[in-house]
Amino acid sequence: MVYFQVIIPIALALVALVVPSNRIRPWLIPITGVIHFCLTLWLLFNPEQCYVNSWLILDPVGKIILLNVSILYLVCSFYAAGYLQYRLENKNRIFVACFVAFIGIFTLVCWSYNLGVMWISIEATTLITAPLIYFNKSTQSIEATWKYLMVGSVGIALALLGTFFLAYSAIVGGTDASMDFYYLLKNGGTLNKGWLQAAFILLLIGYGTKMGLAPMHTWKPDAYGEAPGIVGAILSGGVTSGAFLAITRIWQICNVAGETAFTSKILMGIGLFSMLIASIFMMNQRDFKRMLAYSSVEHMGILIIGLSVGTTALFATFFHVIASTMTKGMLFLSSGNINRAYVSKNTRQVTGAIRRLPISGTLFLIGFLAITGTPPFAPFVSEFMILIKAFAAGHLVAGSLYILFMLVIFMGMGVTVLKVVYGKVPKDVVDTPYQDGILTAMPLVAFLVMILVLGIAMPASLTHLLNEAVSFMGKPI
Amino acid sequence: MIDQIIHMSVYILMPPLLFGIMNKTKAYLAGRRGAPLLQPYYDLIRLFKKKMVISSTTTWVFYAGPIVTMLAVIVAGLLMPLGQSHAIISFTGDFILFAYLFALARFFTTIAAMDTGSAFEGMGVAREMTFSAIIEPGLFFAFLVFVKLSGSMSLTVMLQRNLYGSINQNNFAPLVMVIIGLSIILLAENSRIPVDDPNTHLELTMIHEAMVLDHSGPLLGLIEYAANVKFFILSSLLCTVIVPIFSSDGWLSWLGFLTGIILISFMVGIVESIMARLRMSRVTILLFSAFLLCGSAVIIFER
Amino acid sequence: MINVFNSLLVMILALNLLALGSRSILSVIRIIAIQGILLGILPLILHEGLSIPQVVASLTAISMKGVVIPMVMIHAMKNIRIKREVEPIIGFVPSSILGAVITGSAFLLSNQITVSTGGYENMIIPAAITTILVGFIQLITRYKAISQVVGYLVLENGIYIFSLLLIEAIPLIVEMGMLLDLFVSIFIISIITNHINNAFSSLDTRRLTTLKE
Repeated sequence: MVYFQVIIPIALALVALVVPSNRIRPWLIPITGVIHFCLTLWLLFNPEQCYVNSWLILDPVGKIILLNVSILYLVCSFYAAGYLQYRLENKNRIFVACFVAFIGIFTLVCWSYNLGVMWISIEATTLITAPLIYFNKSTQSIEATWKYLMVGSVGIALALLGTFFLAYSAIVGGTDASMDFYYLLKNGGTLNKGWLQAAFILLLIGYGTKMGLAPMHTWKPDAYGEAPGIVGAILSGGVTSGAFLAITRIWQICNVAGETAFTSKILMGIGLFSMLIASIFMMNQRDFKRMLAYSSVEHMGILIIGLSVGTTALFATFFHVIASTMTKGMLFLSSGNINRAYVSKNTRQVTGAIRRLPISGTLFLIGFLAITGTPPFAPFVSEFMILIKAFAAGHLVAGSLYILFMLVIFMGMGVTVLKVVYGKVPKDVVDTPYQDGILTAMPLVAFLVMILVLGIAMPASLTHLLNEAVSFMGKPI
Repeated sequence: MIDQIIHMSVYILMPPLLFGIMNKTKAYLAGRRGAPLLQPYYDLIRLFKKKMVISSTTTWVFYAGPIVTMLAVIVAGLLMPLGQSHAIISFTGDFILFAYLFALARFFTTIAAMDTGSAFEGMGVAREMTFSAIIEPGLFFAFLVFVKLSGSMSLTVMLQRNLYGSINQNNFAPLVMVIIGLSIILLAENSRIPVDDPNTHLELTMIHEAMVLDHSGPLLGLIEYAANVKFFILSSLLCTVIVPIFSSDGWLSWLGFLTGIILISFMVGIVESIMARLRMSRVTILLFSAFLLCGSAVIIFER
Repeated sequence: MINVFNSLLVMILALNLLALGSRSILSVIRIIAIQGILLGILPLILHEGLSIPQVVASLTAISMKGVVIPMVMIHAMKNIRIKREVEPIIGFVPSSILGAVITGSAFLLSNQITVSTGGYENMIIPAAITTILVGFIQLITRYKAISQVVGYLVLENGIYIFSLLLIEAIPLIVEMGMLLDLFVSIFIISIITNHINNAFSSLDTRRLTTLKE
């Protein structure tokens, strides 16, 4: 089944390269989204299909990430089809092909049980998303793409070195070298401590660059700011959660090797630092898309803090992956709509969005409230569950700082968002014909429904899936 | 009996001192020597010696404002335990009366301000009311958390030993959130930076000061004293929550309480020195976030 | 065999220093190409019994690192006709000296950290670390976009040297995938460099400053 999930999108991407019409081509994206989502659902109901060979296994953690990104992609795919109809002046051949191929390659990230394959597929998602950032073809987007590629490539190269260190730690520890995740988990106790710690740091830096943890986040505001909103949604929900999956893998190995105390300290530090950087740069942020990028940095920090707290907080952490992905999707898509209507992303020009675009403006505001942890949305539950577990694990100072950063971020983000949403529509704004259409507004509503449902009553099946992942992460092999 | 006498004398005499400490801290941090610690007392005495200038357009409401404000605040303070010393008056559900006495005080301050018919005072009233509409539910949510933690509906019982008996690591998160929320409420209720600048001379930026522009002499003295007392009460609320005073020994608990409350004044002084007043639109967001913190704490606690 | 291996590694390290000291971008690319070819030969002499997958992997590495990627870069250079100076932040001589110091200290330190098994590790680990650090120096101290790409390539070469320790552990398909990823990333980066040149009429990354706080 995994072969279908990978090959169908890549085949459709090839089709996209030969379809001649700019107008018809975008519809390949929703087709891919629906097919991929159906296959993912089928997999969830047929667990015996989740083992292909020792390289390709879909374990519960991979399932959550795959389901998460599949849903995100499904909703975004309809938006993409609608969005590209507004951008017919740009050739979308490459954009559609890369967008379609992305989900195929990403599937491989979730399935790979060989750390080498995982590295290859994560690197490939970086490369396949680079042309997406470049879609607007302005000088700014070139600059953003350049930074994304250079910072991302160097980071990911360090992750490769970390993977090698990890394999080498097995040799030094006296067993055979291997990049097989299961093998490393089983022999975790024998790994050489020094090399393992070095490997952990390199992998954290490498995949942390992909996640956008501070101080490796520098590509993020540029890329998210210059890419179309839809790309921001896919990057902040998809690519980052794939990198997070990779970090959970190495975390698990370190856990088995008895290095929990070491990893916990580093993860907590880097998580809090990400929140700090996010809160500093969100103050007085005039560019609302860059603001969303920093918000993404913050949420990556929260995920890492959740991981640092350990097994007790894993349920909340995985839930936060889903909650923040959906909310971020809503925010990026609505900000994309607002950007489209105003041809600007600066709060000096963009005010009164709620009058200009009633649906997008409202949902942008709701998205802000949701992402900052306002009840009753899903991120509220996950963020505060992580907080409670952090306190319960004895991280008193870290927990207090966490609340403080959330407070500052709420204020910083609130000022920018309120400026965008309320006020008068400026008279001298460029008059664009853009209005909320069905395809560009309904995906936002879908996200809203999801975060509301997840926040108020979590479906039992999801709870089951999350619990499975938690017990998988915690159990010694 | 002795305890109650100490309680009352601390309660009546100490409030202006806190302002003295705050001003001294600010002066030191700005590199000045500053007014003497007891300056607020001298100011009060001076104000009470002065004559009043009363606008001819005002009615009895203008007089009633400061008087009722001060009385309401003082009665509210009687409900508040100071450290391990029980409150003078204490009954089940007194925290609701406490919150509404503050509301009553605010109501009379505002109608007295409206009574003058001055445009600036109307503006101050509008701001004060907007902000208090956000603060008040936040305060209630904070109390709700304490009620839940302690299982008691009376301020004395809920803030004293019951609170600490029921704290464990699992409910630490809501407590910290409430403490941060209460600190913001403390600054807002007492019109301190970053919500309001008590020393401003520009009417357009004022909130609380704008409402008392027309009061002078003893009436102004009453208002100032009421403000001092209000700060004292809210800091002692915060102090009882933050500073764990486990000692049931009278003297030690008093010592802990006084140190705590003086430290809070220091902290406020430091905050005032390092921060600037926020713009009005941001103040709303700050207060709203305090409200959300306290509200979220209640929800988390319920889960 | 170990003598051949060691002398190849020493040549690779010497090429590092040469790359740091070269003035023209074109010659730096050529140096890196030679380094790539040498790197591809290393795994062949590291193990006596040659298996077909290893030969295939080596040949692919040689052709990618030694021929294809340098050609892509030279092609990108020709397209944009840039001034062919490297333009470093720190001069050529100081950066060469820095490279030499790094090489020396890596070898000195590695004797203390690695378990001395007397095998290839003694050379491979310090050589890998040195090459990675030299790559970083080029990434950080060069302004031209193409020179930064060269730095990235050197960095990748360093990682490749480290991977020699794990020849049994890395399956052929993974190795191929890594080379393919490297090629695609260089390819895309070259396209972007081209666009940078068109949009900014320069390859100087100091001009990429429109996006900042």
